[in-house]
Amino acid sequence: MTEITSTGHYGSLLGDKATALGLRRRRNAERRLKAYGITAILLAGLALFALLGSVIWQAAGAVTEAYVTLPVELKADDIDPDATGDPKIILRGDFNGLTKDALKAAFPQVTGRSARRELYDVVSSGAAFELADHVAENPSLVGQTINFRFLASDITDLYLKGSFGALRPLPTAGRLTVALDGDEATLNSTEADFAGVLAVLKDQLVDDAKRLRVRAARQNNAVSVYETRIAEAADDDARAKSLAALERARTERDALLAEAERLEARAADTGAEDLDDEVRSVFVRAGGGWLKLTRLDASGAAAEVLAPPAGALADLAEWQLLTTDLPAAARKVSDTQIMVIEELRSGSAVDSVFNWRFFTAGDSREPELAGIWGATVGSFWTMLVTFLLAFPVGVAAAIYLEEFAPRNRFTDFIEININNLAAVPSIIFGLLGLAVVIGFFGVPRSAPLAGGMVMALMTLPTIIIAARATIAAVPPSIREAALGVGASQVQTTFHHVLPLAMPGILTGTIIGMARALGETAPLIMIGMVAFIVDIPTGITDSATVLPVQVYRWSDFPERAFEARTGAAICVLMIFLVLMNAVAIVLRRRFERRW
Amino acid sequence: MTAVLLAFVLVAAMAAFVIAQHRAQVVVGGDTAALHSRPSYHGFYSFLWVVLVGLGLVIVLTAVPNRAIDAMLMGRIAEALPDQPRIAHELVLSDAKALAAGTVASKTGDLRLAIAADFSRAAALWNWVRVIGVIGGVLAAAFLTHRAVTPERRARNRTERIVRVLLAAMATIAILTTIGIVLSLIFETLNFFGKIDWQIWKFLFGTTWSPLSGVQSGQLDADKVGAIPLFAGTLMITLIAMLVAVPIGLFAAIYLSDFASKRVRSVVKPMLEILAGIPTVVYGFFAAITVAPFLRGSGEAIGLSVASESALVAGIVMGIMIIPFISSLSDDVINAVPQSLRDGSYGLGATRAETIRQVILPAALPGIVSASLLGFSRAVGETMIVVMAAGQGANLTANPFEAVTTVTVQIVMLITGDTEAETAAGPAFTLGFTLFCVTLLMNVIAQRIVRRYREMYD
Repeated sequence: MTEITSTGHYGSLLGDKATALGLRRRRNAERRLKAYGITAILLAGLALFALLGSVIWQAAGAVTEAYVTLPVELKADDIDPDATGDPKIILRGDFNGLTKDALKAAFPQVTGRSARRELYDVVSSGAAFELADHVAENPSLVGQTINFRFLASDITDLYLKGSFGALRPLPTAGRLTVALDGDEATLNSTEADFAGVLAVLKDQLVDDAKRLRVRAARQNNAVSVYETRIAEAADDDARAKSLAALERARTERDALLAEAERLEARAADTGAEDLDDEVRSVFVRAGGGWLKLTRLDASGAAAEVLAPPAGALADLAEWQLLTTDLPAAARKVSDTQIMVIEELRSGSAVDSVFNWRFFTAGDSREPELAGIWGATVGSFWTMLVTFLLAFPVGVAAAIYLEEFAPRNRFTDFIEININNLAAVPSIIFGLLGLAVVIGFFGVPRSAPLAGGMVMALMTLPTIIIAARATIAAVPPSIREAALGVGASQVQTTFHHVLPLAMPGILTGTIIGMARALGETAPLIMIGMVAFIVDIPTGITDSATVLPVQVYRWSDFPERAFEARTGAAICVLMIFLVLMNAVAIVLRRRFERRW
Repeated sequence: MTAVLLAFVLVAAMAAFVIAQHRAQVVVGGDTAALHSRPSYHGFYSFLWVVLVGLGLVIVLTAVPNRAIDAMLMGRIAEALPDQPRIAHELVLSDAKALAAGTVASKTGDLRLAIAADFSRAAALWNWVRVIGVIGGVLAAAFLTHRAVTPERRARNRTERIVRVLLAAMATIAILTTIGIVLSLIFETLNFFGKIDWQIWKFLFGTTWSPLSGVQSGQLDADKVGAIPLFAGTLMITLIAMLVAVPIGLFAAIYLSDFASKRVRSVVKPMLEILAGIPTVVYGFFAAITVAPFLRGSGEAIGLSVASESALVAGIVMGIMIIPFISSLSDDVINAVPQSLRDGSYGLGATRAETIRQVILPAALPGIVSASLLGFSRAVGETMIVVMAAGQGANLTANPFEAVTTVTVQIVMLITGDTEAETAAGPAFTLGFTLFCVTLLMNVIAQRIVRRYREMYD
């Protein structure tokens, strides 16, 4: 016996090569499984991080809103010719025209129909209404010239936030001479400044061409992949499919190559360069004027006058050469608007404040005017109806099933029913609402009443299941004690069991309501997706809710709505977090473990 | 008006409570021991009757006359415009109602004004009937219950009987909901099948989906209602979602239940719960604004053309949505495997990985399968992600980089589209019914598996 337990024997066992190898393999298998688990969790975490990050990043663009302060002459003729001072008459005045006049007065150099329209787009179309309200509140202002803070349009706001890139200065060394000829100008510098600009532009063209060539090379890879596929294709069908794909890839490649060659040829051409929509705009800012270069060669440039300088410019040492990050075709803001906004900015007529409007305004087609308050109120009414219907019914059903129902086929059927209802897709509840709540009961479409009824039906199973679980968890000794001192079954339930189960029931209800608050599809079905500007004042007004607002805004093409969508999601998530926090607190503080 | 009536009913019920309670004390001269039931039960009894009668009358007297008035006016419109379709009559009626309410109508005219006048008269009349009816009913209930207060009356037992009946009635609402779903879906489905001459196979196996393009005098073109592209698209997106969710969810659950320390669990579990609590519309936004451009860009980088509304984008994001679902259900079933099985395996010298692979997973497999089935049924019925990130055109393809459409997307498009509701409802509700049946089937199978599995270890 002692021989066997000697170290020698164990030594041979551990030293056995095959065993050692096996052990290592087994440990590696364990390590692998662990690594898979960690990877899975990291991936889930990454997804959550990316989701929240992208939402918050989007929302950051809606934190502030910009204002443009301009002097505006409140001409009595346009507002209140009879000097009545009556707000109703004042509100009917042509404030839109006054706003345009204010812009025209501030930028008399902007002429021509389309340039004027671009100028008007610098301030929001809602600014005129705010001006009207302001004057209606202070009728004494009529006839005066006041400085009014006009709400900037979404384009202005995005430009100021740098969404369309920045305006970058290029180095200037020489002295500038400008010869003006109506709308056009010829520029010359004593040093090779314009040659420098030309080089920058040509470099950009070469860069663009390079990028196109990389894409073409990728398409070329695809071409060779499809070629081998065609060679290896088993049947005609697969061959035809690959052939079509090959054709597509080839056309794409050739188009990209042709485009790249065109750009390269343009870059290689050492002669004059026409500045069009495809290249970045170059501005010259000198003597209070703005010139946009249209044609450029090594010695000088031709330019379009956006804003004429104060006088003739000759041998000027102080001048700026500016270029945009994006070509005009790739940005919403036009050259004229850039000039206007930059002029306003250097006159410190632009300011940004926290976007309170977003929290107080209803929906709007203009992103800068749109707010979340209407949807929040709509959500409140809808949730109120949902709670008032689902909570009593759910608790009553749970009490009946746990405390009173006889165990028979019928109650089994109810139970199966409830479990299945909890898993029915939410869109089916929307169809039910459409057919029954709106079609049969005749509840008005788009109303929180209809939405709340549908949501109540949807939340009911969740509440019933949660309430049954907590009621079942109340120990039988409590019931027996109550029954023992002569309480009836109803008294036992309502006086003893229900109060003890209440925190758990409330927790379940809040979680169910939080789910309903984020639900979108059924409400879209019953028409809560309409465009509603007014704040709903009751459960039969037309309304929309937060998640539906998110859905609607995410569908709009204006870029500023992306930021609004992100912000709306943040508001929705804050409500969800609050509700869940309340549920957690309830569970921690009041729920008893028996 | 309805709100005022409801408030009246509530106030009246409270008054009835107080009065009946007081009366119970009065009939025994303050000696409440002589009462069979305590005074508050007499009060409750009165309260319950008043509420029940009042609410019932408000609902009945609001719903019935509205329909009666509509039917009467529709009859008159049909007489005036015999050769126009029903939809035109409805338009006239809604215009007349708008005129009566003083809001904007699409058109005005003699007929509309006459109907509007009739409507106002009838509505005013019925309103008075309603008010008088509700007040009368409430007072009668209060009076009768008040008169019945005697020392011998078994008010508690009667109250409790009403309460029990009410509780049971609430429990049947779940059944009524199911019946409502099934009936409303079946009704429109049969309607739709009637419109394609009962060629049901053309719906189930046809490959061209464009239901609204071939509408002629109420009949649909049976060759254009083939739902196979939708089923294929739904299936593809769901499969991609499962490919994402099942491995991640399962491995996360294994790690959490058998490897993770308490601290890791206390961080990861809430994280997964947050993932589960995010509304689907947010996932949709994420898919459309972040994942789609990212996949498009990375696809381009390796020479693949990925459509901006590809099946892949919707599938991946839907998979992320389902991860917490799979992981928490799998976690439950893995934890439900009896400790004795684990101990036995460890006792034989197995490593943790071997125990998991050869003991726990086989034992938990039915539960994991049913979790996956539930996840699958959830993905099939998911709407917002696919509405925002998948395509809208019915496209029969096996390429996950192309845009496909799903059943839920088509339902939303049909219902929210511009087509008149009567035509669009048929295909939409039929798709809904199909969806309902499929998800119900999967849930039932999943529940069966879970039940059998539970029986194995209980």
